[in-house]
Amino acid sequence: MNVYFDNNATTPVAPEVIEAMLPFFKEQWGNPSSMHAFGGRVRRPVDKARAQVAALLGADPSEIVFTSCGTESDNMAIRGAVEAAGGRQTLVTSRVEHPAVLEPCRWLKEQGHALVELDVNPQGHLNLADLQQILARGPAIISAMWANNETGVIFPVAQMAALVKAAGGIMHTDAVQAVGKLDVDVRKTLIDMLSLSGHKLHAPKGIGALYIRKGTRVRPLLLGGHQEGGKRGGTENVPYIVGLGQACELVAAHLAEERTRVAALRDRLQQGILATCPDTRVNGDLKLRLPNTVNISFQYVEGEAILYHLSDVGIAASSGSACASGSLEPSHVIRAMGVPFTAAHGSTRFSLSRYNTEAEVDYVLAQLPPIIAKLRAMSPFVKR
Amino acid sequence: MWEYTDKVLDHFRNPRNVGLIADPDGIGEVGSMACGDALKLTFKLDPQGRIVDAKFQTFGCASAIASSSALTEMIKGLTLEQAETINNQDIADYLGGLPEQKMHCSVLGREALEVAIRNYRTGDTSKKILEGKVICHCFGVTEEEITRVVKDNGLKSVDPVTNYCKAGGACGNCKDDIAAIIARVQGEAPAPAPTPAVRPSLTNLQKIKLIQDTMEKEIRPALRKDGGDIELIDVAGNRVLVALRGMCAQCQVARFTLKDVVEAKLKEFVSPELTVEEAP
Repeated sequence: MNVYFDNNATTPVAPEVIEAMLPFFKEQWGNPSSMHAFGGRVRRPVDKARAQVAALLGADPSEIVFTSCGTESDNMAIRGAVEAAGGRQTLVTSRVEHPAVLEPCRWLKEQGHALVELDVNPQGHLNLADLQQILARGPAIISAMWANNETGVIFPVAQMAALVKAAGGIMHTDAVQAVGKLDVDVRKTLIDMLSLSGHKLHAPKGIGALYIRKGTRVRPLLLGGHQEGGKRGGTENVPYIVGLGQACELVAAHLAEERTRVAALRDRLQQGILATCPDTRVNGDLKLRLPNTVNISFQYVEGEAILYHLSDVGIAASSGSACASGSLEPSHVIRAMGVPFTAAHGSTRFSLSRYNTEAEVDYVLAQLPPIIAKLRAMSPFVKR
Repeated sequence: MWEYTDKVLDHFRNPRNVGLIADPDGIGEVGSMACGDALKLTFKLDPQGRIVDAKFQTFGCASAIASSSALTEMIKGLTLEQAETINNQDIADYLGGLPEQKMHCSVLGREALEVAIRNYRTGDTSKKILEGKVICHCFGVTEEEITRVVKDNGLKSVDPVTNYCKAGGACGNCKDDIAAIIARVQGEAPAPAPTPAVRPSLTNLQKIKLIQDTMEKEIRPALRKDGGDIELIDVAGNRVLVALRGMCAQCQVARFTLKDVVEAKLKEFVSPELTVEEAP
């Protein structure tokens, strides 16, 4: 049996999405900017996709900019806002952001801007008083993720946006993991910018979007064309834009299922693992968490070894261990939460999607305990 | 996924010689949970002085487990003189090669063997005996160890050194020191001579005050970064008694943090006569 429980890394492309994209490779390959029928035929599908993405977010279509990926959206939001503001800015982010946010923030710090990285507590939550303290000194540009990719922990971004706007600042959120799993509606918040990525919601890799609230000033990252309302140069990636639009419409239709069926599968998996594997802990808040994600630390064993054994029996998951990340240190997210090294190297993430089934959960629950037992049998840290 | 050879995957999936020998002739324990891999090696000699049995316990990734398994297979039947000629490259070769970023797994094996043989010969503690100056404080890698991997593997720049022994792989503050070691091994630069410091003599009270100041300014910040802390318990003559707290209290690396960070700083800033001990 093959079980894909790594949907926070990437998702299978929905068959409906592939179907929607194919005509734009085969027949409708025109450039939407062209003044002839070939171009005219693809203008409307791009507009439709923009409306589909906007509808999912509760935004106006004119507020959606298509990008190549979530990383580009994050870079554009953060660097674009800083450049548009001019002068030395104060940036605020959290220690548990994705590198697509952390790296541009740190780069801007090297360029002379101020940067504050907010700490999280052992549950993975921010202390909003820290943010208030910074905002009391003046406006700032904030980038905080809606939901964490490793633990699934949800930040109170709407509340943060209210604080930031009251202080005259700008609020960006990396919602790459939240869109399609949670009710993400920009009308209910004061968020200025929001990043999303196609391949996390059953569209292909290579397409993303940035929501920019009307009136928010952002300097484009890519100069060289009038496309996307002058906010991002480059000929529109028509098939992928169409695919993203279709995927957004689909996830909107399945949102309730994420909260109910997918969450129930995740809970069954979590309970099963905790019941069958001793010395195991769940990382991050259990309640304010994505419905599809569980991050579990198996003490005294190392994550990469778990992943290879799981892969041998057809199961895909991911780990915050040093070896699995290709670096020498365990995940910055897990460490920022103060998880001790004894558990950090054995942290394993299972992330589900609407394509997963109960039979798959039960298969993992049958395969996993002997793997953990085998690795613990050879671990020098297990007390015998 | 890493490009592991079939032999690596075989030794990972079916590790040979897992466990501990009940009454071993030599024990070698290296690495730590904090570092992400650790290996405990035990061996038994026959009356002719050949390794008749070897067993291991490993905490680590697929290649760490495979390297440990390979090591135990390689040393069986060898005399200690033969076994101690095995270097990390031999372990990697036995497995048909390791990804460059995973070479430190083979070094872990060689280190465990070295410590186990030393344990047999001298009865020294089975914990890794760290000699010389610690260069990388994040992973506890000494100058001697870095010199060894640079020589054994003909390394020419800092990144491969990190791949082979982890030094420089976390905060990166020691990268210049690593580069200096490489340069020295390559014969491009002589070892810098230590500069003797002249200090005025201190009264007991001044000494304690200076020790406290040094701990506050020079030592605590570094330990706290890793979730640890230190407390001054007593000063008896030139013996400084301290207690490690937080993460440091359970960390194997902390045992030499005491010597190489705390003691070194106190010698530098207070008096070269000071020794540091952990309060019982």
